[in-house]
Amino acid sequence: MAETCCSGGNVVMILACSGCSNTGQLSNQAAVELTREGFGKMFCLAGIGGKLPGFVQSVKDAPIVVVIDGCPMGCAKAILEDIHVPLKHYLVITDEGIEKNKNLQLERSDIDRVKAAVKRIADKKEPSAAPETKGVSGCGCTEC
Amino acid sequence: MEIKILGPGCPKCRQTEKVVKEAVAECGVAADVEKVTDVMKIAGYGVFGTPAVVVDGEVKSVGKISRKEDVKSWLNKQGGCNG
Repeated sequence: MAETCCSGGNVVMILACSGCSNTGQLSNQAAVELTREGFGKMFCLAGIGGKLPGFVQSVKDAPIVVVIDGCPMGCAKAILEDIHVPLKHYLVITDEGIEKNKNLQLERSDIDRVKAAVKRIADKKEPSAAPETKGVSGCGCTEC
Repeated sequence: MEIKILGPGCPKCRQTEKVVKEAVAECGVAADVEKVTDVMKIAGYGVFGTPAVVVDGEVKSVGKISRKEDVKSWLNKQGGCNG
């Protein structure tokens, strides 16, 4: 939601699968902590999956969208593909060498690894990631 | 036609309102343009950021100043603009 003026500007949108495994919950915890630390802002993947119009338009208009899946099942990826949003910054946590299990106890070291990977992915320059010229992004707000 | 500008009142929100009102005037359509500044009401639209534009209940743009030609195309799709 919009908590501050022009809050959508150049903020990194973080979408986590938040699935029911250690890696799914790692995606969620990393997104929560990166939001608290100001790196980006977690957004509701369920709202996008439910095709609620405000959520769908938000992800289409966001300049940088980082998508985190816990495993190769790719649930978050499938949701984005379903609404025809290209994956430009995509992370699968098991690709980082973290094994998936049903233990929901998260290790601090794994959370930090995922956070570092998200930052790396977000900085990645994609050849196909030409900036949208439609409209004017960024805040420049001086009144918040 | 009902158009809502979602945003708490920052410069980009005001610029968006200006663009929308100009587009409405140039199209010559009858439209109510309303600013929504209440954060909880804005949250109800599920938008990631502001400014956002809602035309007849449909979220058209989020987190950026809309271009006038885009606003006109939205009005046109609603049967309200020939320009």
